[in-house]
Amino acid sequence: MTRKQRRLYFVVLGMLALGAATALVLTAFNDNLVYFHSPTELAEKGVPPERRVRIGGLVEKGSIQRDGQLVRFRVTDMVNAVPVTYNGILPDLFREEQGVVAEGKMGTDGVFVAADVLAKHDENYMPKEVSDALKASGHWQDGKEGGPKE
Amino acid sequence: MIVELGHFALILAVFVALVQATVPLIGAQRGNQAWTNMAGAAATAQFLCIGVAFAALTYAYVVSDFSVLNVATNSHTAKPMLYKVSGVWGNHEGSLLLWITILAVFGMAVGVFGRNLPPALRARVLSVQAMITVGFLLFILFTSNPFERLDPAPADGSGLNPLLQDPGLAFHPPFLYLGYVGFSMAFSFAVAALIEGRVDAAWARWVRPWTLAAWVFLTCGIALGSWWAYYELGWGGWWYWDPVENASFMPWLAGTALLHSAVVVEKRDALKSWTILLAIITFSLSLLGTFLVRSGVLTSVHSFAADPTRGVFILALLIACTGGSLTLYAVRAPALKGGGLFAPVSREGGLVLNNLLMSTAAGTVLLGTLYPLFADALNLGKVSVGPPFFNAVFVPLMVPMVVAMAIGPMLAWKRGDLGGTLARLKLAFAAAAAAAVATWLLVGGDGATVGAVGGIALAAWLLVGTLVEYGERIRLFRAPLGESLRRARHLPRAAYGMTITHAGLAVVIAGITGSEAWKIESVQVMRPGDTVEVAGYDYTLKSVNSFRGPNYSGLRGVFEVTRDGRPVTVLEPERRQYTQPPRPTTEAAIWTNGWADLYAVIADADNRGGYVTRLYHNPLIPWLWIGALTMVVGGLVSLSDRRHRVGAPSRRQVRPAKTLQPAE
Repeated sequence: MTRKQRRLYFVVLGMLALGAATALVLTAFNDNLVYFHSPTELAEKGVPPERRVRIGGLVEKGSIQRDGQLVRFRVTDMVNAVPVTYNGILPDLFREEQGVVAEGKMGTDGVFVAADVLAKHDENYMPKEVSDALKASGHWQDGKEGGPKE
Repeated sequence: MIVELGHFALILAVFVALVQATVPLIGAQRGNQAWTNMAGAAATAQFLCIGVAFAALTYAYVVSDFSVLNVATNSHTAKPMLYKVSGVWGNHEGSLLLWITILAVFGMAVGVFGRNLPPALRARVLSVQAMITVGFLLFILFTSNPFERLDPAPADGSGLNPLLQDPGLAFHPPFLYLGYVGFSMAFSFAVAALIEGRVDAAWARWVRPWTLAAWVFLTCGIALGSWWAYYELGWGGWWYWDPVENASFMPWLAGTALLHSAVVVEKRDALKSWTILLAIITFSLSLLGTFLVRSGVLTSVHSFAADPTRGVFILALLIACTGGSLTLYAVRAPALKGGGLFAPVSREGGLVLNNLLMSTAAGTVLLGTLYPLFADALNLGKVSVGPPFFNAVFVPLMVPMVVAMAIGPMLAWKRGDLGGTLARLKLAFAAAAAAAVATWLLVGGDGATVGAVGGIALAAWLLVGTLVEYGERIRLFRAPLGESLRRARHLPRAAYGMTITHAGLAVVIAGITGSEAWKIESVQVMRPGDTVEVAGYDYTLKSVNSFRGPNYSGLRGVFEVTRDGRPVTVLEPERRQYTQPPRPTTEAAIWTNGWADLYAVIADADNRGGYVTRLYHNPLIPWLWIGALTMVVGGLVSLSDRRHRVGAPSRRQVRPAKTLQPAE
């Protein structure tokens, strides 16, 4: 096998790998991209009930109700709020008036059913989507690192 | 005073690094021996300066000197000593100082252990290393100075994030950084080789131990981090394909590819320019990892408060480093002529396949990790790319990889015989088939478990294939036992390293498969006295007691676990409320029997006398840790190979080692 043949062989092999990877990525993207919406976007545009999405904002003050392991709360960007239910143990840093990101599906009754509520390791941290959503709704307080706090 | 000394030493280090980055490089270009030889001394001086700075910060933490801003915001007098010390790197500024300290340690190691390197190569390597140091030192001094004073000093500090007050996480960052920074050595060697215009077998032999050491550390760091997430975060999982996790995984994938392609350079004098490129990519991915973690541009479950200006600085460093080296590569690489020819089916071919799949995998992980950034920048909406995407892409790439892993090492160099090799692997085929059938029968197979059955079969294939390869090397059962033992003794450690590491990966695959496919989760409200059955085990909540720890108060649930009426264990998960900073954490209770973990978490009271509890049955997850540990051991064994240690990698006509010139 000459050097040229070998190079050709590698190029073909590389192309194959690249092609396969591209195909994989594209199909996976199609099925698995999860879009983020703020409560206002949800109220204005809505999402199809079967689509898995993320929502984010602040946990509305006084909205947390526990019923056994079922938790109800509202996620707000200070303009609109979305009621959310979650069945399970909330992350340790889940609190009123803190930033939160929930992933799940919108129910037909307008209640968001969360499959995951994302935990943060640091309470000063505000998810970028949430701070952007708050900025978009004009309720971003540009204070210390985390924005709105108690 | 000591703190100022540390600050001063850090500033001094910048000047030493500037000298180290230029003088030896010029010396090597011009053939000026005195200038060339000062590289080693400069590296030692560099280490001393940075070491003093690191020691000063550690001192400030140990004595709780709250007049230092960094200590005041991240430490507290009531913290146990271990976490006072680990608090040094439990924050942005301190962790960067750790990063650069490790860089200095590696630099000095080249100076000390690299005596048998040709002086010009050593000088160039150390110069490139110093350029990286300059960048990071400036970054620390201008944007994240750990020695900043606070006036007036508060009476007490605000404490370390309690999630980080854990032995697993105390050692996770140092290992991770040893890995990241270790790849800077491969990078420096690659750039030095490009400047020199020469890559040969000896070069690869110098690079291999450094890359291997970095790989071992990174593997260890990732495993520790994952283990910590498993027992500390309380959601029963160990990997989330989160941007921060991916940030450490991408250099690992590229580094693994580099490790294998360096073998081809060493043994067969081929794939030179590819190996150089891979070294550049691996370190760039390490820098990218640092950037992603430190800048907070991506939403991650692990994100810590971050400052965008720092992100811009690291991005600039990344561009300078990657851009510069790639430009140099574009100019110089065509001159690197490949040597050994080989057929597609050959040991080299197998290693090329490894490289191809590993780098493709790294590429897809990179794409998935950065896509939300691109989408946001291009106004395609805010998206997140989660575990389903990575699983869908990663698994199909890794399956052929693992299949080939058993075959590759058995092929001959240059031209292999695929049919013959497959015939020699009949034992591995049999094992895979047996494992598949056994798994199918054991779990009552249906359509949903096909993937899991495949995973177990794949693990068996790799494990037995690896053992068959080892057996053939020592001619087990083909030669008298004495002869086999003699061969086993004389087999190089590097060969043992490969066998152990590949076998370890097989165990890891089984662990991943088991924990993904057969995990059982049960969330419910329990009152003391209630019993819940999970996977054949009965969990009875006996009592919930409150207690006090050194810097927290907590609730402890006591679960008595029985199976068919016989006591198994008592699990005592905790819910802690730390006093400073005031924050709750979850401490899962885990019991393992080697085949599965029983995992219990207790959470909030429901105000009606009950507690939300979460119980998991995690089959095979202990294997994940055992396998990862085995891989680390394999790497260490390989690292102890005498060919890596003694002066074997010497080029001909090495100039006699000069005594070190004092650094003026």
